[in-house]
Amino acid sequence: MQWGSVAEFFAMGGYGLYVWTSFGVTALCMGGEVFAVWRRAAAAAESRNEL
Amino acid sequence: MNWLKYSSSQALYPFAGRLIPWFTAAALGLIGVGLYVGFFVAPTDATQGDAYRIIFVHVPAAWMSMFLYVIMAIWAGIGLGLNARPSFMMAQAIAPTGALFTFLALFTGSMWGKPTWGAWWVWDARLTSELILLFQYIGIMLLRSSIDDLRRADRASAVLALVGVVNVPIIYFSVKWWNTLHQGASVSITAAPTMAGAMVTAMLVMAVGFWMYSIAVTLARMRCVIVERERQPSWGKPASVTDVAEAR
Repeated sequence: MQWGSVAEFFAMGGYGLYVWTSFGVTALCMGGEVFAVWRRAAAAAESRNEL
Repeated sequence: MNWLKYSSSQALYPFAGRLIPWFTAAALGLIGVGLYVGFFVAPTDATQGDAYRIIFVHVPAAWMSMFLYVIMAIWAGIGLGLNARPSFMMAQAIAPTGALFTFLALFTGSMWGKPTWGAWWVWDARLTSELILLFQYIGIMLLRSSIDDLRRADRASAVLALVGVVNVPIIYFSVKWWNTLHQGASVSITAAPTMAGAMVTAMLVMAVGFWMYSIAVTLARMRCVIVERERQPSWGKPASVTDVAEAR
């Protein structure tokens, strides 16, 4: 492992902003997609039960 | 195994439901391992510093954006050829995930481009053709939602998906065919990778993880599509009294 400290890890050799924005936005988008599909499935199940 | 059994949406719904937990677990495990290897095992790149670690999401997202398009076009083609509704549903369920990964490939690419090239965006062949892919996904989804008749919507968006597949090899080979600022492939089937072992491992594990994620979320969306289509009045067959009574 090449990281001396936690701060060094988050700094990413000075590229922290770019690296963490990339991973953060990716995580948000994928998490958001899962949430959206989950909401859609809940709505679909509800419409099914209304019959 | 009797695959014909799964060609009807009634059988597909529970079948997809049984598969989703497995693909979800595989996605979580692989992405966890990929992140660990990518951040704690893979060394710092000699020329690009730690900014290169963006490729652990950028490359898998870009691969999935092209791969999902091809899979979507294949389902669309099967749907057109066999007039099979579940195939159209698969194509419909894949499109949003493909669009999402296309967006992520472009976004993380610009996050890599700024520190490495000094520009968020350049109009080179790779970036431009990938942007066109995003517009294709959006166009296919908009075309579908703009046609009320489900069977027409299925067929029209399938034709658009099939025609657009020509862009995928253009994206893939753009770095060979033209002088692009975007670098050439570091990993290919025909040649040894030009990267350190742990870097390639992290990238490939993340890619398989994203693949498993795509299957899980696509199957989940297809289950929604099946239920939503059941709710639609069926114009194809004459309504029976019991159908109408049920719908009310």
